Amino acid sequence: MRRTLANLLPPAFVVILALAAWEALVRLRHIPEYLLPGPLRIAAALRDDWPVLFPALLQTLAITGEALLAAAVLGAGLAVLLIQAKWIERSLFPFAVILQVTPLVAIAPLLLIWVKDVRLALVLCAFLVAFFPVAANTTLGLQSADHHLLDLMRLYGSSRWKVLRFIRLPSALPYFLGGLRISGGLALIGAVVAEFVAGTGGAASGLAYRILEAGYTLAIPRMFAALTLLAGSGVLLYALLSGVSYFALRRWHESAVRRESAQTSEEQYRSGL
Amino acid sequence: MPLRVSPIPTLEPVVRLQRVTKRFAGGTEALAGLDLAVAPGQLLALLGPSGCGKSTALRLMAGLAEPTTGSVERNIPAPHAVGFVFQEPTLMPWATVEDNVALPLKLLGLPRAEARRRVGERLKRLGLDGFARAYPRELSGGMKMRVSIARALAAQPRLLLLDEPFAALDEITRWRLNDELLDLWRAENLAIVFVTHSVYESAYLATRIAVLSARPGRIVGEIAVDAPAPRGPDYRGSEDYLRTCRTVSESLAKALGES
Repeated sequence: MRRTLANLLPPAFVVILALAAWEALVRLRHIPEYLLPGPLRIAAALRDDWPVLFPALLQTLAITGEALLAAAVLGAGLAVLLIQAKWIERSLFPFAVILQVTPLVAIAPLLLIWVKDVRLALVLCAFLVAFFPVAANTTLGLQSADHHLLDLMRLYGSSRWKVLRFIRLPSALPYFLGGLRISGGLALIGAVVAEFVAGTGGAASGLAYRILEAGYTLAIPRMFAALTLLAGSGVLLYALLSGVSYFALRRWHESAVRRESAQTSEEQYRSGL
Repeated sequence: MPLRVSPIPTLEPVVRLQRVTKRFAGGTEALAGLDLAVAPGQLLALLGPSGCGKSTALRLMAGLAEPTTGSVERNIPAPHAVGFVFQEPTLMPWATVEDNVALPLKLLGLPRAEARRRVGERLKRLGLDGFARAYPRELSGGMKMRVSIARALAAQPRLLLLDEPFAALDEITRWRLNDELLDLWRAENLAIVFVTHSVYESAYLATRIAVLSARPGRIVGEIAVDAPAPRGPDYRGSEDYLRTCRTVSESLAKALGES
Protein backbone atom coordinates (compact mmCIF):
# COMPACT_ATOMS: atom_id res chain seq x y z
CA MET A 1 0.00 0.00 0.00
CA ARG A 2 2.75 2.40 0.98
CA ARG A 3 4.62 1.40 -2.18
CA THR A 4 1.68 2.13 -4.49
CA LEU A 5 1.29 5.51 -2.81
CA ALA A 6 5.00 6.22 -3.29
CA ASN A 7 4.64 5.18 -6.91
CA LEU A 8 1.61 7.36 -7.54
CA LEU A 9 2.68 10.47 -5.69
CA PRO A 10 5.32 11.85 -8.07
CA PRO A 11 3.26 11.59 -11.28
CA ALA A 12 0.19 13.03 -9.52
CA PHE A 13 2.30 15.92 -8.29
CA VAL A 14 3.65 16.59 -11.79
CA VAL A 15 0.16 16.57 -13.30
CA ILE A 16 -1.16 19.01 -10.68
CA LEU A 17 1.85 21.24 -11.22
CA ALA A 18 1.30 21.27 -14.99
CA LEU A 19 -2.41 22.10 -14.56
CA ALA A 20 -1.56 24.90 -12.13
CA ALA A 21 1.00 26.34 -14.55
CA TRP A 22 -1.63 26.23 -17.33
CA GLU A 23 -4.21 28.01 -15.16
CA ALA A 24 -1.64 30.61 -14.10
CA LEU A 25 -0.56 31.22 -17.70
CA VAL A 26 -4.15 31.74 -18.87
CA ARG A 27 -4.93 34.14 -16.02
CA LEU A 28 -1.73 36.15 -16.00
CA ARG A 29 -1.57 36.63 -19.78
CA HIS A 30 -5.35 37.26 -19.97
CA ILE A 31 -5.77 34.66 -22.71
CA PRO A 32 -9.40 34.77 -23.90
CA GLU A 33 -11.31 31.56 -23.32
CA TYR A 34 -12.21 31.18 -27.00
CA LEU A 35 -8.48 30.69 -27.64
CA LEU A 36 -7.41 28.66 -24.64
CA PRO A 37 -9.60 28.09 -21.60
CA GLY A 38 -7.93 27.26 -18.28
CA PRO A 39 -8.42 23.90 -16.55
CA LEU A 40 -10.93 25.33 -14.10
CA ARG A 41 -13.07 26.77 -16.89
CA ILE A 42 -12.91 23.39 -18.68
CA ALA A 43 -13.95 21.63 -15.50
CA ALA A 44 -16.90 24.00 -15.21
CA ALA A 45 -17.86 23.31 -18.83
CA LEU A 46 -17.61 19.59 -18.15
CA ARG A 47 -20.02 19.97 -15.22
CA ASP A 48 -22.47 22.30 -17.01
CA ASP A 49 -22.51 20.41 -20.31
CA TRP A 50 -22.56 16.95 -18.73
CA PRO A 51 -26.16 16.25 -19.87
CA VAL A 52 -25.08 16.84 -23.47
CA LEU A 53 -21.59 15.36 -23.31
CA PHE A 54 -22.24 12.18 -21.36
CA PRO A 55 -24.74 10.62 -23.82
CA ALA A 56 -22.36 11.59 -26.63
CA LEU A 57 -19.52 9.85 -24.79
CA LEU A 58 -21.61 6.71 -24.35
CA GLN A 59 -22.44 6.79 -28.04
CA THR A 60 -18.78 7.00 -29.05
CA LEU A 61 -17.74 4.34 -26.54
CA ALA A 62 -20.45 1.99 -27.78
CA ILE A 63 -19.18 2.32 -31.33
CA THR A 64 -15.60 1.83 -30.11
CA GLY A 65 -16.55 -1.23 -28.07
CA GLU A 66 -18.45 -2.89 -30.90
CA ALA A 67 -15.64 -2.20 -33.35
CA LEU A 68 -13.04 -3.57 -30.93
CA LEU A 69 -15.06 -6.70 -30.28
CA ALA A 70 -15.44 -7.30 -34.00
CA ALA A 71 -11.71 -6.65 -34.51
CA ALA A 72 -10.80 -9.14 -31.77
CA VAL A 73 -13.04 -11.91 -33.08
CA LEU A 74 -12.46 -11.41 -36.81
CA GLY A 75 -8.76 -10.53 -36.39
CA ALA A 76 -8.04 -13.70 -34.44
CA GLY A 77 -10.24 -15.66 -36.86
CA LEU A 78 -8.35 -14.37 -39.88
CA ALA A 79 -5.04 -15.16 -38.17
CA VAL A 80 -6.11 -18.78 -37.66
CA LEU A 81 -7.15 -18.95 -41.31
CA LEU A 82 -3.86 -17.41 -42.50
CA ILE A 83 -1.62 -19.96 -40.79
CA GLN A 84 -3.43 -22.92 -42.34
CA ALA A 85 -1.36 -22.68 -45.50
CA LYS A 86 1.35 -20.47 -46.92
CA TRP A 87 -0.68 -19.79 -50.07
CA ILE A 88 -3.65 -18.57 -48.01
CA GLU A 89 -1.40 -16.20 -46.12
CA ARG A 90 0.26 -14.96 -49.30
CA SER A 91 -3.10 -14.35 -50.98
CA LEU A 92 -5.03 -12.79 -48.11
CA PHE A 93 -2.45 -10.86 -46.13
CA PRO A 94 -1.96 -8.17 -48.84
CA PHE A 95 -5.63 -7.24 -48.48
CA ALA A 96 -5.20 -6.72 -44.76
CA VAL A 97 -2.11 -4.58 -45.41
CA ILE A 98 -3.87 -2.50 -48.08
CA LEU A 99 -6.76 -1.84 -45.68
CA GLN A 100 -4.28 -0.91 -42.99
CA VAL A 101 -2.22 1.56 -45.04
CA THR A 102 -5.17 3.31 -46.68
CA PRO A 103 -6.04 6.31 -44.48
CA LEU A 104 -9.41 5.97 -42.80
CA VAL A 105 -10.42 9.56 -43.67
CA ALA A 106 -10.14 8.57 -47.31
CA ILE A 107 -12.34 5.48 -47.02
CA ALA A 108 -14.86 6.78 -44.50
CA PRO A 109 -16.85 8.95 -46.99
CA LEU A 110 -17.21 5.95 -49.30
CA LEU A 111 -18.35 3.72 -46.50
CA LEU A 112 -20.89 6.34 -45.42
CA ILE A 113 -22.27 6.37 -48.97
CA TRP A 114 -22.29 2.59 -49.35
CA VAL A 115 -23.72 1.70 -45.99
CA LYS A 116 -27.20 3.08 -45.41
CA ASP A 117 -27.16 2.74 -41.64
CA VAL A 118 -24.85 5.53 -40.43
CA ARG A 119 -24.20 3.89 -37.09
CA LEU A 120 -23.14 0.66 -38.79
CA ALA A 121 -20.87 2.64 -41.11
CA LEU A 122 -19.20 4.25 -38.10
CA VAL A 123 -18.61 0.86 -36.46
CA LEU A 124 -17.22 -0.42 -39.75
CA CYS A 125 -14.77 2.50 -39.97
CA ALA A 126 -13.53 1.98 -36.42
CA PHE A 127 -13.30 -1.74 -37.05
CA LEU A 128 -11.15 -1.24 -40.14
CA VAL A 129 -8.40 0.52 -38.21
CA ALA A 130 -8.64 -1.73 -35.14
CA PHE A 131 -8.58 -4.95 -37.12
CA PHE A 132 -5.00 -5.05 -38.36
CA PRO A 133 -2.96 -5.04 -35.13
CA VAL A 134 -4.98 -7.97 -33.77
CA ALA A 135 -4.76 -9.94 -37.02
CA ALA A 136 -1.04 -9.29 -37.58
CA ASN A 137 -0.02 -9.91 -33.97
CA THR A 138 -2.09 -13.05 -33.60
CA THR A 139 -0.69 -14.43 -36.86
CA LEU A 140 2.81 -13.85 -35.54
CA GLY A 141 1.90 -15.50 -32.24
CA LEU A 142 0.37 -18.56 -33.87
CA GLN A 143 3.52 -18.96 -35.93
CA SER A 144 5.84 -18.52 -32.93
CA ALA A 145 4.80 -21.73 -31.20
CA ASP A 146 7.80 -23.67 -29.90
CA HIS A 147 8.71 -26.05 -32.73
CA HIS A 148 9.72 -28.75 -30.26
CA LEU A 149 6.21 -28.64 -28.82
CA LEU A 150 4.89 -28.99 -32.36
CA ASP A 151 7.20 -32.01 -32.82
CA LEU A 152 5.75 -33.46 -29.65
CA MET A 153 2.24 -33.08 -31.06
CA ARG A 154 3.34 -34.92 -34.21
CA LEU A 155 4.78 -37.69 -32.08
CA TYR A 156 1.32 -38.34 -30.68
CA GLY A 157 -0.31 -38.04 -34.08
CA SER A 158 -2.35 -34.99 -33.13
CA SER A 159 -4.83 -33.42 -35.50
CA ARG A 160 -4.49 -29.86 -36.75
CA TRP A 161 -7.32 -28.83 -34.44
CA LYS A 162 -5.57 -30.29 -31.38
CA VAL A 163 -2.31 -28.58 -32.30
CA LEU A 164 -4.23 -25.31 -32.58
CA ARG A 165 -6.07 -25.78 -29.32
CA PHE A 166 -3.28 -27.14 -27.17
CA ILE A 167 -0.22 -25.34 -28.53
CA ARG A 168 -0.81 -22.59 -31.07
CA LEU A 169 -3.65 -20.67 -29.42
CA PRO A 170 -2.00 -20.49 -25.98
CA SER A 171 1.29 -19.48 -27.61
CA ALA A 172 -0.50 -16.70 -29.47
CA LEU A 173 -2.40 -15.35 -26.46
CA PRO A 174 0.26 -12.81 -25.33
CA TYR A 175 0.59 -11.56 -28.92
CA PHE A 176 -3.18 -11.31 -29.33
CA LEU A 177 -3.51 -9.32 -26.12
CA GLY A 178 -0.66 -7.03 -27.16
CA GLY A 179 -2.44 -6.39 -30.45
CA LEU A 180 -5.72 -5.79 -28.67
CA ARG A 181 -4.12 -3.10 -26.53
CA ILE A 182 -3.05 -1.20 -29.63
CA SER A 183 -6.41 -1.81 -31.29
CA GLY A 184 -8.30 -0.36 -28.32
CA GLY A 185 -6.80 3.09 -28.87
CA LEU A 186 -7.13 2.80 -32.63
CA ALA A 187 -10.81 1.84 -32.41
CA LEU A 188 -11.52 4.97 -30.38
CA ILE A 189 -9.61 7.13 -32.86
CA GLY A 190 -11.37 5.37 -35.73
CA ALA A 191 -14.78 6.02 -34.19
CA VAL A 192 -13.98 9.72 -33.71
CA VAL A 193 -12.53 10.15 -37.20
CA ALA A 194 -15.58 8.46 -38.73
CA GLU A 195 -17.92 10.71 -36.74
CA PHE A 196 -15.99 13.73 -38.00
CA VAL A 197 -16.39 12.58 -41.59
CA ALA A 198 -20.07 11.82 -41.04
CA GLY A 199 -20.23 15.31 -39.55
CA THR A 200 -23.41 17.11 -38.71
CA GLY A 201 -25.16 15.25 -41.48
CA GLY A 202 -24.87 12.08 -39.48
CA ALA A 203 -27.81 10.95 -37.45
CA ALA A 204 -25.48 9.73 -34.74
CA SER A 205 -24.32 12.20 -32.14
CA GLY A 206 -21.07 11.05 -30.63
CA LEU A 207 -18.39 13.12 -28.99
CA ALA A 208 -16.78 14.09 -32.30
CA TYR A 209 -20.05 15.57 -33.41
CA ARG A 210 -20.19 17.60 -30.17
CA ILE A 211 -16.63 18.81 -30.77
CA LEU A 212 -17.49 19.94 -34.30
CA GLU A 213 -20.63 21.65 -33.04
CA ALA A 214 -18.72 23.39 -30.26
CA GLY A 215 -16.16 24.53 -32.82
CA TYR A 216 -18.83 26.10 -35.03
CA THR A 217 -20.36 27.95 -32.11
CA LEU A 218 -16.99 28.91 -30.62
CA ALA A 219 -17.90 27.12 -27.40
CA ILE A 220 -14.24 26.37 -26.87
CA PRO A 221 -14.45 25.30 -23.19
CA ARG A 222 -17.06 22.72 -24.14
CA MET A 223 -14.79 21.54 -26.93
CA PHE A 224 -11.96 21.06 -24.44
CA ALA A 225 -14.33 19.29 -22.07
CA ALA A 226 -15.24 16.85 -24.84
CA LEU A 227 -11.54 16.39 -25.65
CA THR A 228 -10.83 15.67 -22.00
CA LEU A 229 -13.50 12.99 -22.01
CA LEU A 230 -12.05 11.44 -25.15
CA ALA A 231 -8.50 11.41 -23.82
CA GLY A 232 -9.69 10.06 -20.48
CA SER A 233 -11.64 7.27 -22.21
CA GLY A 234 -8.58 6.38 -24.26
CA VAL A 235 -6.45 6.11 -21.16
CA LEU A 236 -9.09 4.07 -19.33
CA LEU A 237 -9.53 1.75 -22.29
CA TYR A 238 -5.79 1.15 -22.44
CA ALA A 239 -5.65 0.54 -18.70
CA LEU A 240 -8.59 -1.85 -18.95
CA LEU A 241 -6.99 -3.87 -21.75
CA SER A 242 -3.65 -3.90 -19.93
CA GLY A 243 -5.48 -5.23 -16.89
CA VAL A 244 -7.11 -7.97 -18.95
CA SER A 245 -3.70 -8.85 -20.38
CA TYR A 246 -2.13 -8.93 -16.92
CA PHE A 247 -4.82 -11.18 -15.50
CA ALA A 248 -4.71 -13.59 -18.42
CA LEU A 249 -0.92 -13.92 -18.34
CA ARG A 250 0.02 -13.36 -14.71
CA ARG A 251 0.74 -17.01 -14.01
CA TRP A 252 3.19 -17.69 -16.77
CA HIS A 253 4.18 -14.95 -19.18
CA GLU A 254 7.31 -12.87 -18.65
CA SER A 255 5.39 -9.67 -19.36
CA ALA A 256 3.11 -10.14 -16.36
CA VAL A 257 5.14 -12.14 -13.88
CA ARG A 258 6.42 -10.44 -10.76
CA ARG A 259 10.10 -11.05 -10.33
CA GLU A 260 11.01 -10.33 -6.72
CA SER A 261 8.60 -12.73 -5.11
CA ALA A 262 9.93 -15.71 -7.05
CA GLN A 263 11.56 -18.31 -4.90
CA THR A 264 12.83 -21.05 -7.16
CA SER A 265 11.30 -24.43 -6.72
CA GLU A 266 14.69 -26.07 -6.46
CA GLU A 267 15.11 -24.11 -3.23
CA GLN A 268 11.70 -25.27 -2.01
CA TYR A 269 12.58 -28.77 -3.11
CA ARG A 270 15.89 -28.74 -1.23
CA SER A 271 14.41 -27.28 1.90
CA GLY A 272 11.69 -29.90 1.71
CA LEU A 273 14.15 -32.79 1.60
CA MET B 1 36.46 -59.04 -19.06
CA PRO B 2 33.95 -56.26 -18.55
CA LEU B 3 33.95 -55.30 -22.23
CA ARG B 4 33.27 -57.22 -25.33
CA VAL B 5 32.60 -56.20 -28.87
CA SER B 6 29.13 -55.60 -30.23
CA PRO B 7 26.78 -58.40 -29.22
CA ILE B 8 24.13 -59.26 -31.79
CA PRO B 9 20.71 -58.49 -30.30
CA THR B 10 18.75 -61.71 -30.21
CA LEU B 11 15.32 -60.19 -29.59
CA GLU B 12 13.30 -58.45 -32.28
CA PRO B 13 14.61 -54.86 -32.20
CA VAL B 14 12.32 -52.05 -31.06
CA VAL B 15 13.65 -49.84 -33.80
CA ARG B 16 15.99 -50.66 -36.65
CA LEU B 17 17.75 -48.27 -39.02
CA GLN B 18 19.14 -49.83 -42.17
CA ARG B 19 21.58 -48.08 -44.51
CA VAL B 20 19.99 -44.79 -43.61
CA THR B 21 21.19 -41.60 -45.24
CA LYS B 22 19.76 -38.19 -44.60
CA ARG B 23 20.40 -35.16 -46.75
CA PHE B 24 18.76 -31.86 -45.88
CA ALA B 25 17.20 -29.50 -48.38
CA GLY B 26 20.24 -27.23 -48.16
CA GLY B 27 22.48 -30.08 -49.35
CA THR B 28 23.97 -30.89 -45.94
CA GLU B 29 24.54 -34.58 -45.58
CA ALA B 30 23.80 -35.47 -41.94
CA LEU B 31 23.96 -39.26 -42.07
CA ALA B 32 25.67 -41.60 -44.49
CA GLY B 33 24.82 -45.27 -44.27
CA LEU B 34 23.71 -45.64 -40.67
CA ASP B 35 22.93 -49.16 -39.47
CA LEU B 36 21.57 -49.46 -35.99
CA ALA B 37 19.18 -51.70 -34.12
CA VAL B 38 17.89 -51.17 -30.61
CA ALA B 39 16.87 -54.27 -28.68
CA PRO B 40 14.07 -54.18 -26.10
CA GLY B 41 15.37 -53.18 -22.71
CA GLN B 42 18.61 -51.85 -24.14
CA LEU B 43 20.07 -48.55 -22.99
CA LEU B 44 21.93 -47.28 -26.00
CA ALA B 45 24.08 -44.17 -26.04
CA LEU B 46 24.71 -42.41 -29.34
CA LEU B 47 28.03 -40.71 -28.83
CA GLY B 48 29.71 -38.41 -31.26
CA PRO B 49 31.17 -34.97 -31.90
CA SER B 50 28.88 -31.95 -32.23
CA GLY B 51 26.98 -31.82 -35.49
CA CYS B 52 27.58 -35.45 -36.41
CA GLY B 53 23.93 -36.18 -37.03
CA LYS B 54 23.15 -37.79 -33.66
CA SER B 55 20.01 -35.73 -33.19
CA THR B 56 18.97 -36.43 -36.77
CA ALA B 57 19.27 -40.16 -36.12
CA LEU B 58 17.07 -39.74 -33.05
CA ARG B 59 14.43 -37.81 -34.99
CA LEU B 60 14.42 -40.55 -37.62
CA MET B 61 13.83 -43.16 -34.91
CA ALA B 62 10.93 -41.10 -33.56
CA GLY B 63 9.39 -40.71 -36.98
CA LEU B 64 9.78 -36.93 -36.80
CA ALA B 65 11.86 -37.04 -39.99
CA GLU B 66 12.04 -39.32 -43.00
CA PRO B 67 15.28 -40.83 -44.26
CA THR B 68 16.49 -39.76 -47.70
CA THR B 69 17.40 -43.36 -48.48
CA GLY B 70 17.36 -46.52 -46.39
CA SER B 71 14.68 -47.69 -44.01
CA VAL B 72 13.52 -47.08 -40.48
CA GLU B 73 11.40 -49.81 -38.90
CA ARG B 74 9.63 -49.28 -35.63
CA ASN B 75 8.37 -52.41 -34.01
CA ILE B 76 6.05 -50.80 -31.51
CA PRO B 77 2.38 -49.96 -31.57
CA ALA B 78 2.62 -46.50 -33.10
CA PRO B 79 2.50 -43.68 -32.32
CA HIS B 80 2.17 -43.35 -28.57
CA ALA B 81 4.82 -45.87 -27.69
CA VAL B 82 7.69 -43.46 -28.33
CA GLY B 83 8.65 -40.96 -25.65
CA PHE B 84 10.89 -38.06 -26.63
CA VAL B 85 12.89 -35.73 -24.40
CA PHE B 86 14.34 -32.71 -26.16
CA GLN B 87 17.52 -30.82 -25.43
CA GLU B 88 15.51 -28.15 -23.67
CA PRO B 89 12.67 -29.12 -21.34
CA THR B 90 10.16 -27.79 -23.92
CA LEU B 91 7.29 -27.41 -21.49
CA MET B 92 4.13 -25.43 -22.14
CA PRO B 93 4.75 -22.30 -20.05
CA TRP B 94 1.03 -21.61 -19.71
CA ALA B 95 0.25 -24.97 -18.14
CA THR B 96 0.98 -26.36 -14.69
CA VAL B 97 3.41 -29.23 -14.17
CA GLU B 98 0.43 -31.56 -13.87
CA ASP B 99 -1.14 -30.40 -17.13
CA ASN B 100 2.20 -30.59 -18.92
CA VAL B 101 2.68 -34.20 -17.91
CA ALA B 102 -0.95 -34.98 -18.77
CA LEU B 103 -0.65 -33.66 -22.33
CA PRO B 104 0.19 -36.98 -24.04
CA LEU B 105 -2.64 -38.70 -22.19
CA LYS B 106 -5.06 -35.96 -23.20
CA LEU B 107 -3.92 -36.27 -26.81
CA LEU B 108 -4.46 -40.02 -26.72
CA GLY B 109 -7.93 -39.47 -25.36
CA LEU B 110 -7.58 -41.14 -21.96
CA PRO B 111 -10.45 -40.61 -19.50
CA ARG B 112 -9.73 -37.68 -17.21
CA ALA B 113 -9.71 -39.67 -13.98
CA GLU B 114 -7.38 -42.29 -15.36
CA ALA B 115 -5.04 -39.61 -16.73
CA ARG B 116 -5.01 -37.87 -13.36
CA ARG B 117 -4.11 -41.06 -11.57
CA ARG B 118 -1.26 -41.84 -13.94
CA VAL B 119 0.10 -38.30 -13.81
CA GLY B 120 0.07 -38.46 -10.03
CA GLU B 121 2.11 -41.66 -10.10
CA ARG B 122 4.58 -40.18 -12.57
CA LEU B 123 5.10 -37.06 -10.52
CA LYS B 124 5.66 -39.10 -7.40
CA ARG B 125 8.24 -41.32 -9.05
CA LEU B 126 10.23 -38.30 -10.24
CA GLY B 127 10.04 -36.47 -6.92
CA LEU B 128 7.69 -33.85 -8.28
CA ASP B 129 4.59 -34.53 -6.20
CA GLY B 130 4.77 -31.20 -4.38
CA PHE B 131 4.88 -29.31 -7.66
CA ALA B 132 1.78 -30.47 -9.49
CA ARG B 133 0.26 -26.98 -9.47
CA ALA B 134 3.50 -25.08 -10.13
CA TYR B 135 4.20 -23.39 -13.45
CA PRO B 136 7.38 -24.24 -15.38
CA ARG B 137 8.86 -20.79 -14.85
CA GLU B 138 8.89 -21.40 -11.12
CA LEU B 139 11.10 -24.47 -11.56
CA SER B 140 14.88 -24.83 -11.83
CA GLY B 141 16.50 -26.38 -14.89
CA GLY B 142 16.79 -29.81 -13.27
CA MET B 143 13.16 -29.81 -12.16
CA LYS B 144 11.98 -28.78 -15.61
CA MET B 145 13.92 -31.65 -17.10
CA ARG B 146 12.26 -34.02 -14.63
CA VAL B 147 8.87 -32.76 -15.77
CA SER B 148 9.92 -33.26 -19.37
CA ILE B 149 10.93 -36.86 -18.62
CA ALA B 150 7.72 -37.45 -16.70
CA ARG B 151 5.76 -36.22 -19.72
CA ALA B 152 7.71 -38.46 -22.10
CA LEU B 153 6.92 -41.45 -19.90
CA ALA B 154 3.29 -40.55 -19.22
CA ALA B 155 1.91 -42.68 -22.04
CA GLN B 156 4.03 -45.66 -20.97
CA PRO B 157 6.24 -45.84 -24.05
CA ARG B 158 8.39 -48.84 -24.84
CA LEU B 159 11.02 -46.66 -26.43
CA LEU B 160 12.34 -43.49 -24.84
CA LEU B 161 14.52 -41.16 -26.90
CA LEU B 162 16.56 -38.44 -25.23
CA ASP B 163 18.42 -35.76 -27.15
CA GLU B 164 21.29 -34.50 -24.96
CA PRO B 165 18.78 -33.97 -22.18
CA PHE B 166 21.17 -33.00 -19.42
CA ALA B 167 23.69 -30.96 -21.41
CA ALA B 168 22.59 -27.64 -19.93
CA LEU B 169 22.53 -28.75 -16.29
CA ASP B 170 25.15 -28.44 -13.60
CA GLU B 171 27.13 -31.55 -12.80
CA ILE B 172 25.48 -32.46 -9.50
CA THR B 173 21.99 -32.20 -10.98
CA ARG B 174 23.18 -34.07 -14.02
CA TRP B 175 24.50 -36.97 -11.95
CA ARG B 176 21.33 -37.11 -9.95
CA LEU B 177 19.23 -37.22 -13.11
CA ASN B 178 21.53 -39.90 -14.53
CA ASP B 179 20.75 -42.06 -11.51
CA GLU B 180 17.05 -41.31 -11.76
CA LEU B 181 17.09 -42.30 -15.41
CA LEU B 182 18.76 -45.59 -14.51
CA ASP B 183 16.10 -46.21 -11.86
CA LEU B 184 13.33 -45.58 -14.38
CA TRP B 185 14.97 -47.80 -16.93
CA ARG B 186 15.25 -50.67 -14.44
CA ALA B 187 11.69 -50.24 -13.27
CA GLU B 188 9.93 -49.98 -16.61
CA ASN B 189 11.13 -52.47 -19.19
CA LEU B 190 12.10 -49.63 -21.50
CA ALA B 191 14.46 -49.35 -24.40
CA ILE B 192 16.30 -46.05 -24.13
CA VAL B 193 18.35 -44.27 -26.75
CA PHE B 194 20.08 -41.16 -25.62
CA VAL B 195 22.28 -38.81 -27.54
CA THR B 196 25.26 -37.33 -25.76
CA HIS B 197 28.67 -35.89 -26.44
CA SER B 198 29.92 -36.85 -23.00
CA VAL B 199 32.13 -39.93 -22.79
CA TYR B 200 31.56 -40.13 -19.02
CA GLU B 201 27.82 -39.94 -19.24
CA SER B 202 27.64 -42.62 -21.92
CA ALA B 203 29.97 -44.92 -19.97
CA TYR B 204 27.95 -44.46 -16.80
CA LEU B 205 24.49 -45.00 -18.26
CA ALA B 206 24.62 -47.17 -21.32
CA THR B 207 24.55 -50.91 -21.80
CA ARG B 208 25.76 -50.25 -25.32
CA ILE B 209 27.55 -47.29 -26.84
CA ALA B 210 27.49 -46.49 -30.54
CA VAL B 211 30.20 -44.05 -31.59
CA LEU B 212 29.40 -41.86 -34.58
CA SER B 213 31.91 -40.23 -36.92
CA ALA B 214 31.87 -36.53 -37.69
CA ARG B 215 29.39 -35.44 -40.36
CA PRO B 216 28.14 -37.23 -42.32
CA GLY B 217 27.55 -39.54 -39.40
CA ARG B 218 27.85 -43.28 -39.45
CA ILE B 219 28.71 -45.82 -36.77
CA VAL B 220 32.45 -46.26 -36.40
CA GLY B 221 32.53 -48.22 -33.18
CA GLU B 222 30.26 -50.09 -30.84
CA ILE B 223 31.05 -50.88 -27.25
CA ALA B 224 29.02 -53.09 -24.98
CA VAL B 225 29.20 -52.12 -21.33
CA ASP B 226 28.62 -55.11 -19.11
CA ALA B 227 28.92 -53.44 -15.74
CA PRO B 228 26.14 -54.80 -13.55
CA ALA B 229 23.09 -52.94 -12.32
CA PRO B 230 22.59 -51.19 -10.03
CA ARG B 231 25.19 -48.68 -11.04
CA GLY B 232 25.52 -45.98 -8.46
CA PRO B 233 28.03 -43.54 -7.00
CA ASP B 234 30.39 -46.44 -6.29
CA TYR B 235 30.45 -47.35 -9.93
CA ARG B 236 31.70 -43.86 -10.81
CA GLY B 237 34.92 -44.56 -8.93
CA SER B 238 35.37 -48.16 -10.05
CA GLU B 239 38.07 -49.66 -12.24
CA ASP B 240 35.40 -50.97 -14.60
CA TYR B 241 34.00 -47.51 -15.15
CA LEU B 242 37.39 -45.93 -15.77
CA ARG B 243 38.34 -48.67 -18.18
CA THR B 244 35.09 -48.20 -20.10
CA CYS B 245 35.71 -44.46 -20.25
CA ARG B 246 39.16 -45.08 -21.68
CA THR B 247 37.89 -47.50 -24.33
CA VAL B 248 35.12 -45.12 -25.31
CA SER B 249 37.50 -42.14 -25.45
CA GLU B 250 39.85 -44.05 -27.72
CA SER B 251 37.00 -45.02 -30.00
CA LEU B 252 35.79 -41.44 -30.14
CA ALA B 253 39.30 -40.15 -30.87
CA LYS B 254 39.55 -42.64 -33.70
CA ALA B 255 36.17 -41.45 -35.01
CA LEU B 256 37.42 -37.88 -35.09
CA GLY B 257 40.74 -38.89 -36.61
CA GLU B 258 39.10 -40.76 -39.44
CA SER B 259 37.05 -37.89 -40.74
